[in-house]
Parts: sequence; C-alpha cells; structure tokens
Amino acid sequence: MNALLDLGQHAGFIWAAYGATVIVLAGLITWIRADARHQLRLLEELEAQGVQRRSARAGSPKANKQRARRS
Amino acid sequence: MADTPGFFGRLANPTFFLKLSGAVLPWLTGLTVILMLVGLYLVFFFAPPDYQQGETVKIMFIHAPSAWLAMMGYSIVTIASIGSLIWRHPMADVAAKAALPIGACFTLLALITGSLWGKPMWGTYWVWDARLTSVLILFFLYLGLMALWQAIEEPSRAGRAAAILAIVGSVNLPIIKFSVDWWHTLHQPASLTRLDAPAIHPSILIPLLVMMVAFTALFFVLHLTAMRTEVLRRRVQALRLTQVDAARAGEGARA
Repeated sequence: MNALLDLGQHAGFIWAAYGATVIVLAGLITWIRADARHQLRLLEELEAQGVQRRSARAGSPKANKQRARRS
Repeated sequence: MADTPGFFGRLANPTFFLKLSGAVLPWLTGLTVILMLVGLYLVFFFAPPDYQQGETVKIMFIHAPSAWLAMMGYSIVTIASIGSLIWRHPMADVAAKAALPIGACFTLLALITGSLWGKPMWGTYWVWDARLTSVLILFFLYLGLMALWQAIEEPSRAGRAAAILAIVGSVNLPIIKFSVDWWHTLHQPASLTRLDAPAIHPSILIPLLVMMVAFTALFFVLHLTAMRTEVLRRRVQALRLTQVDAARAGEGARA
C-alpha cells in the first residue's frame, strides 16, 4: 500500500488537498441532510395538528373537485 | 399559461417536482458513489505522475472538478434568476437559492486545493492575479447572495433582490473563464475545453473525466435534495401562516 501510494516529496500537500475536500464535502452533505430531515419533521408535526394548506381547503379548484366527488 | 403544460411546466409544479426528484435521487446517489469510487481508484492506482509536476498532479483531479462546479453552480443560479425575474415562478427561486451553499463550497474547495497545488508548483499559496482574484470574488458573490436571502424575510422579495444581484454578478463568469487568456497570470490556460484536442494524455484525461462526472453527479444529488428541502420549508411557512390566520380569526369571532 505504501509502495503504491508513495506520493513523493510533496505528499503532504496532496493529502491536505484531499483531506480538505473530504472535510468540506462531508460538512456540506451532513448539513443538507440535517436540514432536509428538520423541515420534513416540522411539516409532519404541523400536519399532525390538522393544519391544512390553503390549496387543500375550501375555494380551491382541487378542494371543490374533492367535495363534488364526496357529495 | 397553456392549458396543457409541457415537461418544464409540470416540473415547475412543486408537487410534481417532489415526486419526480424523489424517484430520481436514489439512482443518482448510487451512481455518484460508484463514479467516486471508480474515479478515486483511477486517480491513485492508474494515473501516472506528470512528467513535469510529479505526483502533485493528483491535486488536479479534485481541483479541476471543484473549479468546474464553482462555475456551473453560478451558471445555474444565473439562469434560475433570469427565469425568476421573467416568469416570477417560485421554483426558479428555489433552484437559485438551493444552489448557493453548494456552489460556495465547491468554490472554496477550488481555492483551497489550488492554493495547496500552487505552493509546491509556483512556490506560493496565493497571488493576486486575474484568475485567482476573480474566483475569490465568485466566492464572495455566493456568500453575499446567501446573506441577502437571510436578510429579507419574505421569500418572493428576497428572491427578486437575489436574482438581480446574481445576474449582475454573472459578469464575473466570462472574466474567470478568459482571465488566463486576457491577462498574464501564473495559472495555466484551459487544457480540456480547447478547440483542438485536449492537451492531456488519456492516462490522466480518463481519470480526470470520471472525477468531473462524479463531482457533477454529487452536485446534482445535493442540489435536488436542497431544492426538495426548500419546497418543504416554504410549505412549513405557509402552514404556519394559515395557523396564525386561523388563530386570529378565532380571536376576532370571540371579541
């Protein structure tokens, strides 16, 4: 392994570049995933409380169609 | 708008977007992982050292894709901003806003890896030349746009202000691209996007192209995910507003 990955006299710079890339991208991925989960949880909580979007309530064509189907 | 919207018209519908992106994302994520693994294998066990630069050429395999995505990210922001101003469609704002932190990260990586490549090759981490300075300005543009989104609370107003700034800032893109031709700079000119054949041997070109595609796939995985989150965030805001409205209406009825 070491023989294969002998990166010469500037190995430190190469590993630093790859290390920085891993750290920055891991941070970005973690943040984007955490944000996605957080918003999903907030939405589920609000829907569990029975809050509906305007488009899902009376007046919108979609809601009217649903009401027409029910009656 | 036409009665039967085309593909992009339907894609601009947030619910349809959530459905389609949800179906595409697992596949795109798997493809990204495979491409990254293949790319890294090629970089470390296949690509030979450069005859002039030695092993430091390995930094190119992450530097060039990062720099490409820094530019592509801002191009997406610009196109989405134009779409936002013309059609006033919220999904254009969503696309522009979601691309900002991702583009900023890749711009930062282009700067860091370039600096770590510059020290052993040029003898300095940084010079204030045209290419490096214009990319640093790109990084600040990303940060400025993110700050603008944070500063204005109402999404449609924030979207318009950010779209105008983004379009004005896009003048920087050709400056970055052609800086190596227009001015004397330490940075080398383009090796891939030349009118004649690329100036790189296949043993280095192939790993580089695989890494370019892998990084680009990663960008779109992150961008789609961030766009989905942004759609959800707007729904949460809308639900909270209806909650507040309902509470006010209830108080009004009691008073």
